[in-house]
Amino acid sequence: MLVTLAALNLSWELDGWIILAAVLCAIACAIPGNFLVLRRMSMLGDAITHAVLPGIAVAFFVSQSRSSLPMFLGAAVVGILTAFFVDWIQRLGRVDEGASMGVVFTSLFALGLVMIVQAADHVELDPGCVLYGAIELTPLDMVIVQGRELPRAVLILGLLAIANTVFVGVFFKELLISSFDPSLATTSGISAAWMHYLLMVVVAVTAVACFESVGSVLVVAMFVVPPATAYMLTDRLSWMIGLSLLVAVLSGVLGHISAIAVPSWFGFQSTTTASMMAVCSGVFLFAAALFAPRHGIVIRAGRRYLLSLRILCDDLVALLYRLGEGTNEARIKMEGAQESLLCQRLPLVLAARLLVQRGDVSLSDGHLLLTSQGQQRAQNLIRSHRLWESYLQDQAGMGADRVHVPAERLEHFTDSRLRGELDRETNTATTDPHGRDIPAEVDARDR
Amino acid sequence: MSGDWWPSGDSPSRGAFGSLAQSTLTDRSIEMPTWEILRRVVLLEDYNTRVVVFAAAVLGCAAGVVGSFTLLRRRALMGDALSHATLPGITIAFMIVTAFGGNGKALEWLLLGATISGLVGTGVILALRNLTRLKEDTAMGIVLSVFFALGIALLGVIQQMPDGHAAGLESFIFGKTASMTARDARLISLSAIVCLGVCLMLFKEFKLLCFDEGFAASEGYPVVALDVVLMGAVILISIVGLQAAGLVLMIALLIVPPAAARFWTDDLSRMLLIAAFLGAFGGLLGAAASALFPRLPSGAMIVLTCAAFFGFSMVFGASRGVLIRRWRRRQLNRSVAEQHLLRAVYELGELAPPSNSTLRQQLLGKRSWTKRQLDWAIRLAERAGWVTALPQRVTLTPRGIVEAKRLTREHRLWELYLIAYAETAPARVDRQADRIEHVLEPEVIAELERRLEREQQQVPQSPHELSEQATRDPTTGNNDKGGSP
Repeated sequence: MLVTLAALNLSWELDGWIILAAVLCAIACAIPGNFLVLRRMSMLGDAITHAVLPGIAVAFFVSQSRSSLPMFLGAAVVGILTAFFVDWIQRLGRVDEGASMGVVFTSLFALGLVMIVQAADHVELDPGCVLYGAIELTPLDMVIVQGRELPRAVLILGLLAIANTVFVGVFFKELLISSFDPSLATTSGISAAWMHYLLMVVVAVTAVACFESVGSVLVVAMFVVPPATAYMLTDRLSWMIGLSLLVAVLSGVLGHISAIAVPSWFGFQSTTTASMMAVCSGVFLFAAALFAPRHGIVIRAGRRYLLSLRILCDDLVALLYRLGEGTNEARIKMEGAQESLLCQRLPLVLAARLLVQRGDVSLSDGHLLLTSQGQQRAQNLIRSHRLWESYLQDQAGMGADRVHVPAERLEHFTDSRLRGELDRETNTATTDPHGRDIPAEVDARDR
Repeated sequence: MSGDWWPSGDSPSRGAFGSLAQSTLTDRSIEMPTWEILRRVVLLEDYNTRVVVFAAAVLGCAAGVVGSFTLLRRRALMGDALSHATLPGITIAFMIVTAFGGNGKALEWLLLGATISGLVGTGVILALRNLTRLKEDTAMGIVLSVFFALGIALLGVIQQMPDGHAAGLESFIFGKTASMTARDARLISLSAIVCLGVCLMLFKEFKLLCFDEGFAASEGYPVVALDVVLMGAVILISIVGLQAAGLVLMIALLIVPPAAARFWTDDLSRMLLIAAFLGAFGGLLGAAASALFPRLPSGAMIVLTCAAFFGFSMVFGASRGVLIRRWRRRQLNRSVAEQHLLRAVYELGELAPPSNSTLRQQLLGKRSWTKRQLDWAIRLAERAGWVTALPQRVTLTPRGIVEAKRLTREHRLWELYLIAYAETAPARVDRQADRIEHVLEPEVIAELERRLEREQQQVPQSPHELSEQATRDPTTGNNDKGGSP
């Protein structure tokens, strides 16, 4: 890693500022983005960055210049108006939120386009600059603050990041409650509507400021992707915000490095930082979606598979026990077990191997046999099953022909305490509804 | 997130109708078209205008139909996400074809790349939605931004390729409506026919998918496959639209006409027709307006025309428009007020000695209405001929007596029903019946009569004590009625 970094020949004078600007932008966007994701308004950033065009056009007509302050103000005003229009059309016309956003931003964009084209011969609005972001040019536009030279973008984004942090810090409780339960918020004396509008203002200003400094590609990505990544990883809002900041910072740093490094592997020069930041955050999201400890796709699938394997093990020893009850011949071939349990070959082999390893089952010339330890496990399992059957018949009033299926499900999750409880409830039944004996409890600790 | 910042190729001075006058920075006047131009546009005499107007109308029609389904599926912004998601496919197709020595800008390869990329984007959105805890909008935001960013990163690389004339590649997704060629028009028509055909053939399935996904799944429809087909139609129409008309126009055509059509009807097939018509008409008018006024870009004009349709529909829509909803609400409020008044007069008249007139002062105490509300209700009822009002007294007319009897009877039938069948305490039934009495259908009344065995047409006794004092306003839901005050 160090070697690669050294080989990149980063100059801290330039790249340091770029990375700082990228990180600050990512932080500024990710903070309010958490609430957008929770409120199902993830596409709002996209809508606002499109819709600000008429604001920029009006600012240009009024100020007759391309200086950034009037443009910023125009864009910010229209950005806020966009959020309000979306809300207004959604409520007045009872339109779906997405449709309302779509209608508002396309119309505003078209309006802005018509306005700008009127002066097109004279305006040089460079599409590339807005689109890809001028983040690489950050160190070229310096301002002097208290005797120190700072890039303008770093100054703006820094202030924005601080402002957003303060906003969320001050209104954390209100935002939390109004995001998850607006009616509870209203009954507790917090105006959910006002919090919504306040958040919309913050989002609009953030979108406009970031997109003016670093380009529009980054804005939507940073609003949505780091919070979505964090949402995969945790269930607590404070953790979610913290993790989203971590992802944002990491995407900022890695984005710039990979913008320089990745194309060089294929013999090209660097590509744009902003786009690579978004791609990096996408990679983080991908990893989180797959491997998040509780909600990850792979982890969940793995946990489900392990559970089904455990249930199959239970079913296998129970099958052997039942065979032993009937014929005293508690042995079965793999093929026979597969037929009785209606399962696939591979999981059965895995389950059998697992049982042999734990000493519950032994293999002798192709037959599976219960060991005495396995006998105990099976006995408790069968006991759970038959106690449940009796209980369901006695206490839940189910017919004897219907109790098997629920008992089959419940038996795997019944421990000795619950069995004791069931035993009491069924007045120490000795036979199940089908007339079979309920075996005695075996204390597993004795073995 | 806009790659569509600049209408590349959609330059205002495209010169179809003569050159622009040199204008100053502040000159934003719009030249009025001459009769000559007007005639040529209206009669579609110019080949170029004909192509653009025709293609825009066909595109609007197909997008309107496909967009209706995505709108009802609450995925209006799907077109937005998928259009952006095509960029990496376009760049990768360009890189691969160029690397093998072909013409990287050949339309068929770019279309292929865009389609594959769009389908991958769809897959990712569906996977994120179905397999993780992320919601649909977040999944769309993720795919939109990450895919588009990847495309832009690749564009940054392409610009360094030795023989990569990447210029113009962006215009593939930013569009160039005014310079649409006959080939674009043919491509659009073909895709539109395919999309419309798919939508017609799978009409029933898509309908089910839009309105009740769970039911469709339980009936054995392949929900995920249908979803993919629907999204495939969105991708197809978006991609041909994109390169011909631009990203924002395409998004607008997919969203705005269907959203406007929704205000006019509750019937899906009618909504599809209206959306198709609005989309086609919007495309037609917008393109024509742009041809008339050389300084108005056609894509933007089409969007604005559709937006105007939307605004009009939102206000005047015959089924869900703002005005019609307000009007319905007002009618309901009026009839509720009248019915409350009639029953109040009748119930006060029931007290000894029986009469069919009562003092205004007594009425004021009967419900928690203000004097103004009461006066309003009396005016309404007088105009409808239910009562005659004197300064002090309100008297039921013969028609009013019949109506008041019917209302009171229905109210009490419901009360009796609540007592007999819902085991509600007699002290609490008044309020519940008060809410529902205005919307009881004749069939419900007949059922109540049958169940309560009260088929004779007389007003039953009130199951609770009637009082001259205010029973609290049922709508504010204050305290329980404590039997007698």
